[in-house]
Amino acid sequence: MNAPASNAPLGKDLLALEPLSSQQIQLILDTAEPFKEISERAIKKVPTLRGATIVNLFFEASTRTRISFEFAEKRLSADTVNVASTGSSVSKGETLVDTARNLEAMRIDMVVIRHGASGAAHFLANRIESNVINAGDGTHEHPTQGLLDMLTLRDRFKKLQGLKVCIVGDVLHSRVARSNIWGLQKMGAEVAVCGPRSLLPNAIDDFGVTVFDRVEAAIEWADALNVLRLQLERMQAGYIPSLREYNRVFGVSRDRIERAKKDIVILHPGPMNRGVEIDSDVADGPFSVILDQVTNGVAIRMAVLYLLSGGKAELADKAKGVE
Amino acid sequence: MTIILKGGRVLDPSQNKDEVADVAIVNGKIDSIGRGLAERPRQIGAAGAAENQIGAAGAAENGTVVIDCSGLVVSPGFIDVHCHLREPGREEVETIATGASAAAAGGFTAVCAMPNTDPVTDNQAAVGFVARQAQRAAMARVYPIGAISIGQKGQTLAEFGEMVGAGAVAVSDDGKPVVSAQLMRTALEYARTFNIPVADHCEEPTLAHGGAMNEGIVSMRLGLKGIPAEAEEIMAIRDMLLARLTGGHIHLCHMSTKGSVALIRWGKEQGINVTAEVCPHHLSLTEEAVGNYDTHAKMNPPLRTMADVEALRAAVKDGTIDVIATDHAPHHYDEKEREFADAPNGIVGLETALAVNITWLVKAKVMSLTTLIERMSCTPARIFHLPGGTLKKGAPADVTVFDPTADWKVDAASFRTKGRNTPYQGMTLTGTNHTTIVDGRVVFRRSH
Repeated sequence: MNAPASNAPLGKDLLALEPLSSQQIQLILDTAEPFKEISERAIKKVPTLRGATIVNLFFEASTRTRISFEFAEKRLSADTVNVASTGSSVSKGETLVDTARNLEAMRIDMVVIRHGASGAAHFLANRIESNVINAGDGTHEHPTQGLLDMLTLRDRFKKLQGLKVCIVGDVLHSRVARSNIWGLQKMGAEVAVCGPRSLLPNAIDDFGVTVFDRVEAAIEWADALNVLRLQLERMQAGYIPSLREYNRVFGVSRDRIERAKKDIVILHPGPMNRGVEIDSDVADGPFSVILDQVTNGVAIRMAVLYLLSGGKAELADKAKGVE
Repeated sequence: MTIILKGGRVLDPSQNKDEVADVAIVNGKIDSIGRGLAERPRQIGAAGAAENQIGAAGAAENGTVVIDCSGLVVSPGFIDVHCHLREPGREEVETIATGASAAAAGGFTAVCAMPNTDPVTDNQAAVGFVARQAQRAAMARVYPIGAISIGQKGQTLAEFGEMVGAGAVAVSDDGKPVVSAQLMRTALEYARTFNIPVADHCEEPTLAHGGAMNEGIVSMRLGLKGIPAEAEEIMAIRDMLLARLTGGHIHLCHMSTKGSVALIRWGKEQGINVTAEVCPHHLSLTEEAVGNYDTHAKMNPPLRTMADVEALRAAVKDGTIDVIATDHAPHHYDEKEREFADAPNGIVGLETALAVNITWLVKAKVMSLTTLIERMSCTPARIFHLPGGTLKKGAPADVTVFDPTADWKVDAASFRTKGRNTPYQGMTLTGTNHTTIVDGRVVFRRSH
């Protein structure tokens, strides 16, 4: 369950940003600061999680997120096992509940789960004693992505309060969008979304976000754009007529960026479809912080692993002193 | 055999009766209603004999059984026009015997079994099987509903005439919409020949495709694909228009939206031959019950918003919606123990319907107990042309005795249905069924 252990500032699991308080998010971001430095060392290893066993349970293909978690775990000296199992849970022989029971029987300490079904991380967390970290569940949330996006924005702007961030693209199917909306709002940022109406949830207006129909208007308004990956399947499913038209209407291009009055920071959770949602000269250009996101991803995941394993908040306090 | 239901509040909307009295049942029929019948059993019917308390060993075949009903309500037995008994095909989930037993426990004297079995109940032999299994079970009556199309495939009309001959009381492809407007038109016309309703699962399949819950703020929050209210409303209006075209009787199953209520109201004003049902869960719960992916709150149509619930309550009170039906849908426990999008739709309802309705409608002062009995007994009998729904002299003795004030805590483990899938688990509800009598036989009695 989600009952917080007495010494666990985040509770047992990290399933979503929606239920977290701004203090908890702040704590994770602050805790990530000292962990950034570890990855810069020649010997990138601290003994924090020595003896802990962590299973990375990936039911969906993932390169970036899986490797990022694995580095975070290894740099904290945990013992890790990767289980990759593509294909839907239904087509697969074993049910998720059986997987959960088997993991529990092996006495592991933490599970990082990526799954195609919304709620899969909740499902697992409710059935095992180990800490569960959601590495993306269906179209629900991807909390560590939201956190690393916020850390990257905070690095650049030194604050999140009052920052104007527009999420561009397929918000309807995006777990990154949901985690960003919740997280940024809690931290006092102003959030907008921009995309074809067929890829925005009908209920978007109830979420306290601004909606831009034109990407030009979004660029004009925003301090930062978080550009979502457009899945090819969306076109096949008929949500948009063509990738070509999507690029012409919603693509984040150099022309559009340069027309803005101020510098604008560009984020992308990856993997990118160059020439679809983002043009190469933007992705590789001076405003892009896309590789900073990747670097910060390891630090954020180290912070989350540390805090869920019973790590103390003092680390963050020290970091704040340094800052 | 004589049964005297002694001293209960006899509440029979079919004859505007609401009084404390005894009800005498003789040889399976309602014999008389009046005061002091228990004191002079010899005057009742032909076969008066020694008085016995029911349950006492050796109640003679011709004896008189007196059931003390003081403090209880005696009403015409409840009739559920929409349930899934899973036999043939999924006997591990429910059988006609366990379903009929659950119905009796819930105060239902008759239920209509939907044809989405395996194989589909789409011919006279299959309909006859359901009827035979129901007789063998000898609990609540079970009326088969035949399929509209062979195999519920939406292509070829099933043999309504032969199915009616074997005992079918309606036709439906429930579980699936009839996609072809032309097939629905033909079904409505052909059903007219046999004077049976066409029970309609209203779902525009391309809009609802892949949906796991109501489309709205909760589905967006949870990242689940939503089913918009319009998926139901489009089919409801299409099929009312086809009923207008054909004069057939369209019965709209499990209505769940405010928009549907407005459409039905319009249809009835137009004189269209339309009736409609609503389920207890759509009158009591909202999409919020899904919480963090609780598959026991997953059903189709999905739980909607409070505005929908309020519109449905008003509609079932004023008669725009005619009846309350359970859509009892048992599933094996491990079928629900999985990712939300993959879990099957449906919840069990037979043993909670009375209490849910009393708790959220009567106790909440939405409607009187009299109106509730109309919606659960009298009206279902009338619109599906079934016996029962009345305590008039000479009517079959299908009677329910219940306590409208007793609180109880829902414990699915104690259900008679094989299904345990209920969103009401652990809740304290008001209203318990006490005794169920079918055809003059006591088929359920609560043990104290």
